[in-house]
This record gives sequence, structure tokens and C-alpha cells, in this order.
Amino acid sequence: MTQFKARVYVQLKPSVLDPQGKAIEHALSALGFSAAKNVRVGKYFDLEVNADSKEAAEKRLGEMAHTLLANPVIENFSVSLDMN
Amino acid sequence: MNAVVVVFPGSNCDADCFHALSEVMGSRVKFVWHKERDLPKTDVVVLPGGFSYGDYLRTGAIARFSPIMSEVRRHAEKDRPVVGICNGFQILLEAGLLPGAMLRNRSLKFSCKFVHIQVANNQTMFTKAYRKHQILKMPIAHGEGNYFCDHDTLKELREKGRIAFRYVTENGEATDRANPNGSMDNIAGIFNERKNILGMMPHPERASEGVLSSTDGQGIWESLAECVGV
Repeated sequence: MTQFKARVYVQLKPSVLDPQGKAIEHALSALGFSAAKNVRVGKYFDLEVNADSKEAAEKRLGEMAHTLLANPVIENFSVSLDMN
Repeated sequence: MNAVVVVFPGSNCDADCFHALSEVMGSRVKFVWHKERDLPKTDVVVLPGGFSYGDYLRTGAIARFSPIMSEVRRHAEKDRPVVGICNGFQILLEAGLLPGAMLRNRSLKFSCKFVHIQVANNQTMFTKAYRKHQILKMPIAHGEGNYFCDHDTLKELREKGRIAFRYVTENGEATDRANPNGSMDNIAGIFNERKNILGMMPHPERASEGVLSSTDGQGIWESLAECVGV
């Protein structure tokens, strides 16, 4: 068993409107940062997982994201891994 | 009518639902804690509003895994009625018992006010006490009631009479201004395919007595009582 440090990123699908991102984009623009476009808000989860291999850890994390961390109806996720 | 009101940690409309069903409608009502693994004998299951698990992660995302939810699912599989109100609706969506998902209100604000909704289908066990296209006044109180689903699902909801209520103006127009949260097609409530599960954002339990300035929510309880035979 190896312990991996993982980060799971969750973000609204591109087809889903992100009112929070829109509000932040407007605020940035009002502050003079008009270069900022298409702001989208996401979140990430840091966790440690024990698994036999990197592939096994990725598979398990995918299941976690699909079951609980993300809502597949509106959100996409991705996973990044480092050996601890 | 026998009814169960499920209580999750963070439910805060459970007592209102209990009151509306027992004191106003004269039903026999029981609270059931979310950790229970058995449902008492009941006709109707109500998932009340509130902030189950503090709305952590996503609204309803953690409550859907509560032990009682397998029993709620089993109850629904027997074609028995389940009503999810506000957070209860969000839990039903996360559980996959109803299609779609809730997004933040487009205003990004928690919205607490009376709205008008129109009965889109009065041929169901939840809505048969209402007239066709009847306009109802009920309060909403939510920050995440912006209903979203993909286009195929929306098409199916429309074509199969699965939209229960739409946000409308006082005169029954489903305009953008009458839409308090940005919901697709002004959707305020939907049914599952067999129409024995209803999820809705407005609060009928807060509009079931004259003293609360609207009795328009009573129709849901009356429809159910008629359907289950007292």
C-alpha cells in the first residue's frame, strides 16, 4: 500500500451558467481588471488515499468524485495525484 | 391519512409540515429520524425543508445517503407518494429520484417571499384538488432553487406532464420577471415518471392556514388524502 496525496477538482460544466462567476467577473471589471473574461468558480478537495498503485488510487478517486464529491448532472471533475 | 415527516440534522420545516398535516388536515403524523432504517406504516412520506447537513458540499448531497433514504426509495417504488419541499426537493434530486439539479439563484441571494405559481398538471395524486391552471400564492425561502436539467430531460418533463408548478405573475404569465431564481422554464416543481414523487421549492406547509395569509397549499394535502382514502 502506498499513500497518495490527491486533489480532486470540481467545476460546473461549460454548458451550465455560473452566476457566481458572472458576479465576480463584473466585480473585477468594476475594479479596472477588464482583461478578466469568462470567470468560472470551482472547488477542490485535498485528501490522502491508500492504494496499491497510482491507477488503483485514480480509479477509487474517480468513484468518490462520481458518487459524492461532484454532481454529474451539472459538474465535471478531474484528479491529480502525488506520492506522499 | 398517515404521514411521516423525515427529520434530518438541519431540517427546519419539519415542525411546520407536522403541524399542517396533523392540526390543519387531521392526519396521523409521525416524525422519523434520518438514521432510522424502518419506516412506520404510512401513506405519505414528506421530506421537509431546511439545511440538512448545513448544505455542506451541495444542498441535499449528504442527506441523500442517510439510512432512511433507502426506505423512502422503497416506499416510492411501491407507487406510494413522496413529497420533497425545498431542501426535500434538493435531496430528491441528489438521490436521483427526480431528474436535474439545483444551482445557486441567479441573483446569488437567498430569496424569502411570497410568489405565485401555476398548477401545470392537475391530474396527479398531489394536485387533483386544484383547478386546471389554478394560480396559487405560496412562500419560497431558498438560495439554491435555480432548477437545471439537460434539454432532453426538459423536453420529456414538458411532454409527459411532469412539470407540477411554474412561477408566474399574479395573472398567470410565466415571464422572466415572475421567475424568482432563474429556473429553466420557470419550473417550481416536478414529478417523477410515475408521478408519485413530487419535488417543489415553494412551501405549501406555510400556506395551509388563513392566519398565514394563504391557504393555497392545502390542495396538496387534500389531493393526497383523497387519493389514499382519508
